[in-house]
Amino acid sequence: MALVLTEEQSMLRDSARGLISDKAPVAHLRSLRDSKDATGFSRELWTTFAEMGFSGLLVPDQFGGSGLGCVEAGIVMEEIGRTLMPSPFLATAVLAASALSRGGSEAQKAQHLPKIADGSLLAALAIDEGAKHRPLQTKLQATRSGNGFKLSGDKAFVVDGHTADLLIVAARSAGGAGDKNGLTLFLVDPKAKGLAVERTAMVDSHNAARIVFDKVEVNADSVLGEVDQGFGLLEGVLNIGRGSVASEMVGLSEEVFGRTVTYLKERKQFGKPIGEFQALQHRAAELYIDIEITRAAVLKALQALDVDLDKAGNAVSVAKARAGTTATLAVQEGVQMHGGMGMTDQFDIGFFMKRARVCQELFGDSNFHADQLAQGKGY
Amino acid sequence: MADLEKFRAETRAWLEQNCPAEMRKPMASDGDTFWGGRNTKFSSDAQRVWFERMRDKGWTVPHWPKEYGGGGLDGEEAKIVRQEMAAIGARQPLTSFGISMLGPALLKYGTEEQKKEHLPKITAGLIRWCQGYSEPNAGSDLASLQTRAVGDGDDYIINGQKIWTSYANYADWIFCLVRTDPAAKKHDGISFILFDMASTGVSTKPILLISGYSPFCETFFDNVRVPKSHVVGTVNRGWDVAKYLLQHERAMISGMGERGVGRPLGQIAADSVGADAQGRLDDAQLRSQIASFEVDEAALAAAAERAVDLAKAGQSHPAFSSAMKYYGTELNKRRYEILMSAGGIDALEWESDRSKGGARPRAWLRTKANSIEGGTSEVMLGIVAKRILDLPGA
Ligand SMILES: Cc1cc2nc3c(=O)[nH]c(=O)nc-3n(C[C@H](O)[C@H](O)[C@H](O)COP(=O)(O)OP(=O)(O)OC[C@H]3O[C@@H](n4cnc5c(N)ncnc54)[C@H](O)[C@@H]3O)c2cc1C
Repeated sequence: MALVLTEEQSMLRDSARGLISDKAPVAHLRSLRDSKDATGFSRELWTTFAEMGFSGLLVPDQFGGSGLGCVEAGIVMEEIGRTLMPSPFLATAVLAASALSRGGSEAQKAQHLPKIADGSLLAALAIDEGAKHRPLQTKLQATRSGNGFKLSGDKAFVVDGHTADLLIVAARSAGGAGDKNGLTLFLVDPKAKGLAVERTAMVDSHNAARIVFDKVEVNADSVLGEVDQGFGLLEGVLNIGRGSVASEMVGLSEEVFGRTVTYLKERKQFGKPIGEFQALQHRAAELYIDIEITRAAVLKALQALDVDLDKAGNAVSVAKARAGTTATLAVQEGVQMHGGMGMTDQFDIGFFMKRARVCQELFGDSNFHADQLAQGKGY
Repeated sequence: MADLEKFRAETRAWLEQNCPAEMRKPMASDGDTFWGGRNTKFSSDAQRVWFERMRDKGWTVPHWPKEYGGGGLDGEEAKIVRQEMAAIGARQPLTSFGISMLGPALLKYGTEEQKKEHLPKITAGLIRWCQGYSEPNAGSDLASLQTRAVGDGDDYIINGQKIWTSYANYADWIFCLVRTDPAAKKHDGISFILFDMASTGVSTKPILLISGYSPFCETFFDNVRVPKSHVVGTVNRGWDVAKYLLQHERAMISGMGERGVGRPLGQIAADSVGADAQGRLDDAQLRSQIASFEVDEAALAAAAERAVDLAKAGQSHPAFSSAMKYYGTELNKRRYEILMSAGGIDALEWESDRSKGGARPRAWLRTKANSIEGGTSEVMLGIVAKRILDLPGA
């Protein structure tokens, strides 16, 4: 497969870019932050997303979606990264849609997927429990009870958890921390008895929640996939999320880089544009090269996910690890090359720095993925 | 030598007796720093007691002469005080631009009258100073500054704008660079002048930072009248004073990473990441990043110590503070990147009580300025290339 976008994909990119840059420039995020908006994103814009088919991108045709793949999801994520638009796209349209369409029973799919596609259902994936992303360490306990289970434990960093109508929860139904066997995914109503959601204000002004489960009862129908065998499904869904976040980081890096290069041409010191100093020229050139290489690795991973999800792990780890370090470098250089201006809130560059830090942590940082790669390669 | 050992023992005993336990804990945030000044407030009783005891002993600035409110200690003794304070984790009783920047410049260039007027007020924490160097169009190219001072009898009338003036809104006085001869070459028409921020015509406007705090301001001068006697050093030769002061500023900033250092990074990381079966940090890559950071940190500490000793021996290069500033600030940024990585998602929360109001991410964002303030890393490397390595065209 050629590592270039097809004509259809380019059209998708153009329409996503048009909409997002028009309706949700960085100023959009800024005003949501400044007004301490309770939702944290624009529901109106989400409706528009649904009308344009973005919310159903990964939903199969028969359930009202367009049945496209990870490359297409990545294209939208990259545009989101350019303006840092807060949106349920990742949690609902990417993670939940792929979890349900890959692991759901016919009944579960029929119940939820059409609503994801038409934008009326918001969902969130609840995985992390500790400070670092360690899905195998899942401890949240699922204890058999009657024909169902009782869930007890905590989740943190649940992206969009505070607005979700449906939670997809990873729980330990057997075995202990570190075991691949014994994980089960559940579909849980956030209004269920014993469940408490706390929205957490994050550094990047995006949404996340901490959720406490206190003997939350779920019936057997709410198991997504197979009992005790949830890790394979989860890993696939996480890899799709990782590829998507890597794509967001490519968009973010490129945008920061573009703004920085513009500044290098405008800002004068010592009677000339600072872009004339070779000390900055070489670093700008290096950053350009770094971003281009990462862009290729990310596209490669997105394609690999579409070809064979189960074999895409290494490519995804390469992409996520690189995108994290590239984005970190891009925002650091962005702030540094803007001098004092880069430190001010009035300037947008700080928003990129904050979002990059969160994306780095989301679904495993560069260290985690370098380690995954080593394991994937058998050393 | 025996005398010094005696001095060390006395110092240790005195600190043990007089430094409150609370003042031996790492600072929770920047707000725990005591800056002094007319409008100052102590954040705790312990902070007040500690400051007052050190002030009465002359140890807010141990190495300044006694007649100016210092401790009158020689270099060896001052080092012992620093070491003994560090050994018990004692905080600085007073942090101020007066101590770290203006003081050294006044000691070298000030008249006896200026020294007697200003230095004791600095050591006693009575006056808080700010630094009026940068302007919107004079950042790295500081000497292109445009703020004008025009003579009028015994006074100057000052007009212009400064930017990034740290704590201008809390400061009592400013040390300021102004252009007194617009016709001269750019380095030759600048003077270094002191004035009260309460003077008519001075106004400040805080600038909000990416960390959510506003530590610095835009500062405006509209026909501010300042006596000519407030010029430090020779009129139009202010650049010499400015540069000398910058060396001290750079030395201070390079040491910022050591300020308020709490537990070792590896232990902080272990809290969130956990340990493997052998008791090692359960993230091999993070572990190696921390270890190599700590190697560099230890080496920098040695270099900082050596820089002081070289200066005492009269062997240091005047531009070496630029090398230290570059290395120290880049290292401090690395430290906070690692802290963020070690903190994982806990370090991403911004407003919760759990995260102490997002103390860690806010501190992380603040460090990004270390390689900008007091001269950028690029400018520091340029100075090393030109002044130390004598490279052509640099
Ligand atoms: C937190 C903070 C506190 C500060 N406090 C004070 C204060 O109290 N008082 C005060 O007067 N100032 C203060 N400053 C200002 C500080 O000294 C300036 O921001 C700094 O000198 C850089 O100037 P600038 O912001 O105009 O950036 P610019 O000079 O515009 O620099 C932009 C970029 O160009 C690069 N560049 C410029 N010239 C060259 C060159 N010749 N070669 C290679 N690269 C170059 C810079 O390194 C930087 O990356 C503070 C700044 C910060 C961030």
